[in-house]
Amino acid sequence: MAFQIKQKGPVYDVCIVGSGAGGGMAAKILSEAGLKVALLEAGPRYDPADPEQMTQLKWPYESPRRGAGTTRPFGDFDAAYGGWEIEGEPYTTKQGTKFDWFRSRMVGGRTNHWGRISLRFGPRDFKHKSYDGLGDDWPIAYEEVAPFYDRVDKMIGVFGTKEGMPNEPDGFFLPPPKPRLHELMIKQAGSKLGIPVIPARMSMLTRSVNKDRSPCFYCGQCGRGCSVYADFSSSSVLVNPAVKSGHVDLYDNAMAREVLSNNEGKATGIAYVDKIDLEEYRVMARVIVLAASAGETARLLLNSKSSRYPNGMANASGIVGKYLHDSTGSSRAAFLPQLMDRKRYNEDGVGGMHMYIPWWGDNKKLDFPRGYHMEFGGGMRMPSYGFVNAIESMNGKYPGRDGQMKPAGGYGAGLKDDYRRFYGATIGFAGRGESIAREDNYCEIDPNVVDKWGIPVLRFNYTWSDHEIKQAKHMQDTFEQLIHEMGGVPLGNKPGPETMYGLENPGRIIHEVGTTRMGNDPKKSVLNKYSQAHDVKNLFVVDGGSFVSQADKNPTWTILALSMRASEYIMSELKKQNI
Amino acid sequence: MDRRETLKALAVGSLSVSTFLTACKDDKKTKPPVGAGVKTPVYGRTDEEKKRDVKLEEEKFFTPEEMKTITILADIIIPADEHSGSASDAKVPAFIEFIVKDMPKYKTPMRGGLRWLDLHSARLYENRFTDCSSKQQLALLDQIAYPEKAAPEMSQGVAFFNLMRDLTANGFFTSKIGIKDIDYRGNTPNEWDGVPSDVLQQYGLSYDEKTLAQCLKTEDRGKLMTWD
Repeated sequence: MAFQIKQKGPVYDVCIVGSGAGGGMAAKILSEAGLKVALLEAGPRYDPADPEQMTQLKWPYESPRRGAGTTRPFGDFDAAYGGWEIEGEPYTTKQGTKFDWFRSRMVGGRTNHWGRISLRFGPRDFKHKSYDGLGDDWPIAYEEVAPFYDRVDKMIGVFGTKEGMPNEPDGFFLPPPKPRLHELMIKQAGSKLGIPVIPARMSMLTRSVNKDRSPCFYCGQCGRGCSVYADFSSSSVLVNPAVKSGHVDLYDNAMAREVLSNNEGKATGIAYVDKIDLEEYRVMARVIVLAASAGETARLLLNSKSSRYPNGMANASGIVGKYLHDSTGSSRAAFLPQLMDRKRYNEDGVGGMHMYIPWWGDNKKLDFPRGYHMEFGGGMRMPSYGFVNAIESMNGKYPGRDGQMKPAGGYGAGLKDDYRRFYGATIGFAGRGESIAREDNYCEIDPNVVDKWGIPVLRFNYTWSDHEIKQAKHMQDTFEQLIHEMGGVPLGNKPGPETMYGLENPGRIIHEVGTTRMGNDPKKSVLNKYSQAHDVKNLFVVDGGSFVSQADKNPTWTILALSMRASEYIMSELKKQNI
Repeated sequence: MDRRETLKALAVGSLSVSTFLTACKDDKKTKPPVGAGVKTPVYGRTDEEKKRDVKLEEEKFFTPEEMKTITILADIIIPADEHSGSASDAKVPAFIEFIVKDMPKYKTPMRGGLRWLDLHSARLYENRFTDCSSKQQLALLDQIAYPEKAAPEMSQGVAFFNLMRDLTANGFFTSKIGIKDIDYRGNTPNEWDGVPSDVLQQYGLSYDEKTLAQCLKTEDRGKLMTWD
């Protein structure tokens, strides 16, 4: 059988792999500069305003499973296709360690469902080793990234307030929405405990930033993708407009196989399999930009072996895949008796919290390094599968309307009334913290396993250390302090040492970064401080792979800022004919 | 399947002959065009998800006798009252039929639990549950509906009834009738301007000056943001 690899399109100026935050930003900046861009995406096109794809404003009964997460892990209406397991695309783990890898194959990638919590890293976050001796410092400082954060704020839009906190830099904010009832209660409890509760910083448009996107209309469903583009997703805000401009050729359902290179070691293109016609293709370009996600980019580089690059491309250091790290996460729910029999009103608000808790602790007085921020949820949310589970654990503990106690569980009109009474009286807290990047937490190519296109898959090796476990314990203690201060009742048993204090599996927070980290020493890093591969001058990485350390912040805003910075560096290097 | 495809399939090796034959037989059936003749609501599905929904809708899990029991139990758990209709008015039994196919982990607990119920009923009343008087049915359920009061030997029945209660309540309160009953007011374009003042007052809370100054004024919502 003739097995032909066909070339698609002309030789492009730039070929970008991946259309999430990093790839979307690179596509926008580079195409607006007049470069001819090819953008490869492993999944289908996506537009939340397309009636065929839209899930916003659907009612639970429009889904036969009432919004349950059977096929989409975050619920039937969630915008992200894919999940922890994708048929025919396995990954493995080593030595009994755990790593859960969330992949979203679609234009916009995981920005379609993320929480849109948009935090800048602070000055300390880029130089943390200088403070506590752990991990490594970034080769860049906050001041170098700040101008790009500023531009991302204005281009995309993020609400928040100027607080003047040293490691939570302020930006160009849109006005935040007013807090919800339970958020005011948490704020009150926080102020008694010395825990700051401030307006959240999220990328939804409380006011428009340009004429192409409307302001938020408060349905609380950003995770479903917004049909008026009031929320940020790479698809709605970066990729689809860039494709419409005519300067970006989008190759969807294109699963990248390897980075091609020539005799001089320069990257020349990407080989991919088209998931629809199952034919093999290649796209050629002068510059290759990888934005496939920390995991997929490492996989792509490690699979790009040649006689010149026996360990994979850009991997003379052997560092590709190492220093993989995800945020820590632990959570607890509580019942607030004072919220029983609540007066009803629409409190959907934006899709997520209106307030949050930035890290407030002083590590000198604590037994773990680094910090975490706290998120919370609650309120009279849209009913969805699972939202009234296990009432027998609640309705025997509180007196009925008549003031009398009754046995837990039951049936009939009294039970039906209990569901009404308990509705909207539950809140949840979650901590999201910084783990220490370690060389011995890594992903590599599994020597024995391929996916359904024959591409060797990743094998993960990841463990938590005492640092992260103690941090999770601190989270659990803080949740209980806040809950008790509010007069609430923590639900379930307090997670203890047997579960590492509820510390989620690595990967579970979907903030994994660090696999192609930047640095000044080519022996200890994959990229230089402009996200350019030390070994291959025309190869760049603009996803979370470049992170040296994760901070107690969500990575997206920093991915966007660094991708913008790298894209402008690419242009200046092209102009100087250095690449 | 043509010969070349057959060889390809055999080369995979892990397929048993019977799987392989079944696959061939299935192939002969005309592939149902997605959604054809089946009412799939439009709620943003991918093609794979549409196919899965159609397949689940076509399957049947519970027997007519089991569905009868499910309907009786659901209406005992959520009866009609002065606010709204019953579980079966909200088509909860059909939802339960779907959800156990969607989440197969519930198949055995539900089937076995229904069987447990009939056996216990036969022990008490020498009748299937559905053939008992409603007084007998309630007397039986009283043994399993209150986890903290139930006798230890009733634990399997308690577990089944907890599941049945959860599925019924989830089905009911996510239905049109149930959402109206629980009085959820959202899922519609609106202008969030904070907690209503009477609610703030009820809880002794207020928005302080700083918060009011910082937060969005609804009249600014339509204005393009500038920072200069």
